[in-house]
Amino acid sequence: MSEFTPFASTIGGLLIGAAAALLLLLSGRIAGVSGIVGGLVDTPRRDRDWRVAFLLGLFAAGLLAFAWMPGQFGTSPASTVVLVVAGLLVGFGTRLGNGCTSGHGVCGVSRLSRRSLVATGTFILAGAVTVFVTRHVVGG
Amino acid sequence: MRLVPAFLSGVLFAFGLAIGGMTDPRKVIAFLDFAGDWDPSLAFVMGAAVLVFSLAVRWSRQRTAPVFGDAFRLPTRRDIDTPLVAGATLFGIGWGLGGYCPGPALVGAMSFQSGALLFTGSMIAGMAIFSAWQRMKWRAGTPRDGGPA
Repeated sequence: MSEFTPFASTIGGLLIGAAAALLLLLSGRIAGVSGIVGGLVDTPRRDRDWRVAFLLGLFAAGLLAFAWMPGQFGTSPASTVVLVVAGLLVGFGTRLGNGCTSGHGVCGVSRLSRRSLVATGTFILAGAVTVFVTRHVVGG
Repeated sequence: MRLVPAFLSGVLFAFGLAIGGMTDPRKVIAFLDFAGDWDPSLAFVMGAAVLVFSLAVRWSRQRTAPVFGDAFRLPTRRDIDTPLVAGATLFGIGWGLGGYCPGPALVGAMSFQSGALLFTGSMIAGMAIFSAWQRMKWRAGTPRDGGPA
């Protein structure tokens, strides 16, 4: 049972939009988390400085957020093996598909990018089918 | 000075993810569970974020350059190709299995819970495997898939 939180989720979304807006208007960059991390994993590393600065901010605020609102940090229902497989798929898939929920789902959809609209529809559908299978077919 | 906006953007981003409920994998899975006890909250996260960022995009189109920088670095590709759809599919499967996407995984890792750390480590390994594969293809003379997003 997951509690419906339209108010908190709207506030969260406004902050995410503001974060992406800040990066676009001040630095001219797209706040796509998989692209930011991927650019540091790739060799040669591309445009390292701003990516590291963004991630330092993300980690610092992550520590503060966990201290202030630990209840917002849940645990995954997936087993150890499934978590490893899921992580590998998310890492590989977001690089192959050029983006994740932030780069495609927020930034690309806002720009009405055809590629991002297709990617966003695809990963939500694939996620929904996966949850349907794990919850209602295999785990049902 | 140039790097301050990127740092602040990361700070706001992490708080937005945590407050919005994205750092709770069970809530993310409940959003994807259309046939079960569906929790539509995360549609509010995405809707609000898209609303704000759309305004920023409109504003950016009236300017030639960002405040700190020579140009807006925006993706320009428009083609729908196999890597895009295949990558989004693999990502979606992993998202549904674990309940984490990249931003919330990194923020969630700051709780030092074993599941979040394990997922984040595997995710970075997945990215490294992709990079190694692309390097091999590049050496073999075939074009790269993907790139900055």
